[in-house]
Amino acid sequence: MTGPLPESVSGPLVEIRKLSHRFGTHKALNEVSLNIEPGSYTVLLGPSGSGKTTLLNIIGGFIRPTEGEVLIRGRDFTQAPPARRPTTTVFQDYALFPHLTIGNNVGFGLRMRGVPRAKRMARVKDALAMVGLADAVHKRPHQLSGGQRQRVALARALVVEPAVLLLDEPLGALDLKLRRQMQDELKALQKRVGTAFIHVTHDQEEAMALADHCVVMNDGRIEDQGPAERVYSRPASRFTSTFMGESTLLSGKILDLGMDEIRVDTSVGQLSLAGAGEPGFDVSLAIRPEHITLVPEGSSISLGEATITDIVFQGSFKRVLAVSMKDPSVTFIAKLRSSHGLAVGDRVELYATPADMVLLSR
Amino acid sequence: MRAAGKILVSAYALAIYGFIFLPVVVLVLFSLQASSFPIPPFTGPSLRWYEVVLSDRRLMSALFNSVAVALLSSALAVALGFLAAWGFARHHLPRSGLMRGLITLPLTVSYLIIGMGLLIVFNWAGVPKSLIAAGIGHVVINLPLCFAIIYSQMGDHQVTLERAARDLGASEWKVLFLVSVPVLWPAIFASFFLAMTFSWDEFVIAFLLTRFDTTLPVEIWNLLRSGLNPRTNAIGSLVFGVSIVLALLLELVFFRRSR
Repeated sequence: MTGPLPESVSGPLVEIRKLSHRFGTHKALNEVSLNIEPGSYTVLLGPSGSGKTTLLNIIGGFIRPTEGEVLIRGRDFTQAPPARRPTTTVFQDYALFPHLTIGNNVGFGLRMRGVPRAKRMARVKDALAMVGLADAVHKRPHQLSGGQRQRVALARALVVEPAVLLLDEPLGALDLKLRRQMQDELKALQKRVGTAFIHVTHDQEEAMALADHCVVMNDGRIEDQGPAERVYSRPASRFTSTFMGESTLLSGKILDLGMDEIRVDTSVGQLSLAGAGEPGFDVSLAIRPEHITLVPEGSSISLGEATITDIVFQGSFKRVLAVSMKDPSVTFIAKLRSSHGLAVGDRVELYATPADMVLLSR
Repeated sequence: MRAAGKILVSAYALAIYGFIFLPVVVLVLFSLQASSFPIPPFTGPSLRWYEVVLSDRRLMSALFNSVAVALLSSALAVALGFLAAWGFARHHLPRSGLMRGLITLPLTVSYLIIGMGLLIVFNWAGVPKSLIAAGIGHVVINLPLCFAIIYSQMGDHQVTLERAARDLGASEWKVLFLVSVPVLWPAIFASFFLAMTFSWDEFVIAFLLTRFDTTLPVEIWNLLRSGLNPRTNAIGSLVFGVSIVLALLLELVFFRRSR
């Protein structure tokens, strides 16, 4: 695309088309396509090496992709340098300028845009007030705590009113308690300013807490994307079912079809559940830990006997690992109420409801 | 036994410091000599020879030349060293290791060789012997030093800072002058003062590359040729004083901070 194009009013804010990127021979991204809606909070979730940071760097302009396009408000920005993009970034280590005051840090972007000093200072004050640091204008970065620096980095990136705010593992350097607190603040801030946020993390709890739109990445591809609740309750792939929360995976073959139902032959027995597929097809059944019980309830069925190999006390529940007697390669992960008196080595029968199982074909 | 050891250690320390500082003490002491020969007995103190030195037009113009050469050559060496360090730290260059080695190599070559080499090159290129030629010589010896100091202080943290500046809309020049230079200011300052110190009392290159207008060390050498004289002690003490001030400044602004 050449020449200025009218900015499209409707349609996605950011459109990523078939993006691929190689570092030498390593393929970091493989034909990734993604749409970011205006005002949405998108989380890119994945393990290290999944390509999530590469994707963020390409959107921010720090890396030029080998193939594919990045459109923001309908304009092609694939080759534009970071300075000429309507994006700003909150870096993992915040990257506050140590030689400038907090006020000048926040005002840096406005200064680069030629905003006159008086106007700049007013906007800086507003931005700092927005993150609750109005009185820090004259301080230096080293005088602030980790959480406060994080807020300054947010104010600095938001004050220039970007179309998209990019956050590169922004909570990674904070301790757990502060991280949970900043999560809530981030979410509230995003709703207040209405800017689209794209947030990279490997922490699935963070992803679930923040995301309107959750994008699970693995090995340079998008494994699954959608509302966080859907991705958790109905994961689209084996990887998603084990990375976004835990799951017990049972692999098996489809035996035959009934009315809206299929029978799957797994190593722990035959199970019937709602779904569709072709007989003979290899599939997996994913069961969330909270759906495995010690006693039958309602329409639940037996998963066979298993020997408990590990119990971790986690407050209101215990995380129990148990190896199936029928197939020693299957380890059940269950969250059981702490009131159960269980010990390692106990033999128990486990149950689950077929409706809670997710049929996965990839 | 332990007491004897202690005495031995103290005596050794005293001998070492005496060895290092006695010549300077003698130089400064006899610069205050009242009579015409810097030899015992001490007849001072008197500031007579400082008066003579400060009213000597040749010596004073040499002093001014030295300051000018030190300031300008150091500024140039720092600027070039910084740009080279920035280039090496921020860009993937072919044969980067070899090139870095080559740029720091002059640190290990004797000033005599560098001075002779420059003399031959300038002769061939038709550049006359002058303060400018000596200044260029000082840039040659100080650039590797400035490069090495500044390069060693360029880390990944600054890379992120520069990225942040670009992300917020800064052009490359603004990134350089509003972020890279201020962040590296201690290293830049330190290398500038170190370069000043080296240029200030450098003799061999200045001797080979200047003729009529010359720097203070060369002028002192001219004085010494006509024999010892409290005048040389006085000017020597002044030179020493300036070096001490430079070293103290360096200590104060840079090494204090990094501790």
